[in-house]
Amino acid sequence: MTRPESLTHKSMTLGEAGAALAFGLLAFLSLLIAAKAHTSEYAFHAYLFAAGSIAAVFAIIDRYYNRPAEKAPLTIDGKPNYNMGPVKVATVAAMLWGIAGFTIGLLAALQLAFPVLNFDLSWLSFGRIRPLHTSAVIFAFGGNVLIATSFYVVQRTCRARLAGDLAPWFVVLGYNFFILIAGTGYLLGITQSKEYAEPEWYADLWLTVVWVVYFLVFLGTIIRRSEPHIYVANWFYIAFILTIAVLHLGNNAAIPVSIFSPKSYIVWSGVQDAMVQWWYGHNAVGFFLTAGFLAIMYYFIPKRVERPVYSYRLSIIHFWALIFLYIWAGPHHLHYTALPDWAQTLGMTFSVMLWMPSWGGMINGLMTLSGAWDKLRTDPVLRMMVVSVAFYGMSTFEGPLMSIKAVNSLSHYTDWTIGHVHSGALGWVAFVSFGAVYCLVPWLWNRKGLYSLKLVNWHFWISTIGIVLYISAMWVSGILQGLMWRAYTNLGFLEYSFIETVEAMHPFYVIRALGGALFLIGSCLMVFNLWMTVRSGDTEITTQSEPSLVPAE
Amino acid sequence: MSLWSKHKLLEKNSIFMSIGVLIVISIGGLVEIVPLFYLKSTIEKVEGMRPYTPLELAGRNIYVREGCYNCHSQMVRPLRDEVERYGHYSLAAESMYDRPFQWGSKRTGPDLARVGGKYSDEWHRDHLNQPRSVVPGTVMPAYPWLAKTDLDFEHIANDLKVQTQLGVPYTPEMIANAGADIRIQATPDHPDADALSKRYPKVQSRDFDGDPKRITEADALIAYLQLLGTLVDFKLYNDKANIR
Repeated sequence: MTRPESLTHKSMTLGEAGAALAFGLLAFLSLLIAAKAHTSEYAFHAYLFAAGSIAAVFAIIDRYYNRPAEKAPLTIDGKPNYNMGPVKVATVAAMLWGIAGFTIGLLAALQLAFPVLNFDLSWLSFGRIRPLHTSAVIFAFGGNVLIATSFYVVQRTCRARLAGDLAPWFVVLGYNFFILIAGTGYLLGITQSKEYAEPEWYADLWLTVVWVVYFLVFLGTIIRRSEPHIYVANWFYIAFILTIAVLHLGNNAAIPVSIFSPKSYIVWSGVQDAMVQWWYGHNAVGFFLTAGFLAIMYYFIPKRVERPVYSYRLSIIHFWALIFLYIWAGPHHLHYTALPDWAQTLGMTFSVMLWMPSWGGMINGLMTLSGAWDKLRTDPVLRMMVVSVAFYGMSTFEGPLMSIKAVNSLSHYTDWTIGHVHSGALGWVAFVSFGAVYCLVPWLWNRKGLYSLKLVNWHFWISTIGIVLYISAMWVSGILQGLMWRAYTNLGFLEYSFIETVEAMHPFYVIRALGGALFLIGSCLMVFNLWMTVRSGDTEITTQSEPSLVPAE
Repeated sequence: MSLWSKHKLLEKNSIFMSIGVLIVISIGGLVEIVPLFYLKSTIEKVEGMRPYTPLELAGRNIYVREGCYNCHSQMVRPLRDEVERYGHYSLAAESMYDRPFQWGSKRTGPDLARVGGKYSDEWHRDHLNQPRSVVPGTVMPAYPWLAKTDLDFEHIANDLKVQTQLGVPYTPEMIANAGADIRIQATPDHPDADALSKRYPKVQSRDFDGDPKRITEADALIAYLQLLGTLVDFKLYNDKANIR
């Protein structure tokens, strides 16, 4: 079919030439900004942008010389020619950032127990470490897992090669460059202080470009599909990508002080900014940490147990109800504040309603095991994913409970919130990610199976004990502190000074750090296991089929 | 039965699916956010509120830079214990010039919405330098570099100018004097102190960091902390005025 290479005329595609030109211009602009930057921290970032752009130009040209003249074929012998390179890179990045993020989290936990660990250094102080931890685990670890799995799942379920030639690489590498800018920025004190959206205007602009390309690649692959239906996991990925785009643009609307300054001022102020922030913040949970990972659940659990999704209709209801209700829940972060009461009540009401679709999704995931429950005994990877769905059910029950104003008046501002977030983040998001990555690595590197299932078992138990220690310590410290703040003596005076409530937290902060350490140890076992899996070299020749992904109808 | 089959329309067309998602996720946000821009309770003007002085603004930017919001809220809720511990509950108007807002979400340390005037400058200085020297059980990190670093306010006028584009009422006079105003506020008994307090009523001018020769980041941060919650006089504030 294809002509011998010597006979074809090789020329740069429009995409290659355009991208190389764009990166060349970006490198020039970055150097210009670096030269006139108001602060040395910003100049450092401009140099990073310049170095990254020059590396991109070099990589594009180098790739051009080394690639065959023909475009990569969409199919080979009638089978889709999947593009798994970017998926592999994102998977590796996810695990590396994961270890980094958990380690920084452990440091932050230890700093609260033993403040001497701030070392009186600006870049190591808790106020800069905490956003580094949250971004590293949510956006660096979680984000790379989402990019890797979405690019894998969309190809397999659509039976189509990933759209774009350079574009998927741009998404993976560009996203990780964003993480680099964001993370180094926090350490250097570049932040706009909006929780989970701390990066400044230029990082936000860069992420916007990456995200638009991400959506186009994803949508382009779906449009290319050879299956009539779009598989349910892809609905959740679409909702995740689109909604995060809307939230990102709304929440980060800002005017920079100057193109030569990293500082910007947010368009919204005060109470409006608070509402926009938590509309963003809660839906970063709802769409980044929930919808995206539900997509993982909807692909990897059926795949692993070789059973179809329990109920097709439940997935339809689950999907639309979840994305409709989630958006309203933001104001529960602002109970009893200067936000108008009606908005708080709306937020509370929808948060309570959100319990239903959340549990509908949990039931759909768990019941997919119907007739295959015995696999929980033998397959620790499946066990990890099933326990993650159970944690999802637990934290989506706890969330609505905490959104009730009377409960929130006690729980807000305390460690209970931190515990709640971690039962979702460690129990649900991380565990379902671990399960997916344990599945993905042998598939991507064509290995027969994992190096050691026994190690997966150890990982599962060590990390689960870590999570239980973490969240129970935070329940106790959170409720204790909330009660101490509002305790009165029988003469009608406040019983405790603030510092007494801080001192009472110490033992629980130590237990929490211990839980975090166990979780980190577990994930180190995982990295070792994956590393040995890839190194072992037991290749599997047979390609997998897709037997279990038809709707249950 | 027939309704379920209608879902095929979305399930087979990625563009319809994407548009459907966008519509469904827009509703909640629009209903909750848009009214906040015209409801009286969220845009009321309260006597006493004014934009930050350049020194306070620089201090606020340091507060943001160091991530103070990770552990300190600036929002007193109208609950008995909070009002007794921190003071009058926070009004929406009190954060009208806050970009971004600093209400926070966690109280590892106490609320700071009304910390202004509660402690002396010396206390703040010691507390930032070595928190355990004044509060033995605290877990707060030390910030010794603030008092050692000169405040960089070369471009502070730009910060004011940008905010005028967003509707903050900085006058051309305030912008022109931005750099000078930092010096005036950080210098005790400066000859132009009256002009500064005409531009920014209730401004507190003195040497905040105890080092009269330099204007440091500690000057700016302490000036900001001493301002927090002091602008509205609650002896005069009428909480019924807003009820329609």
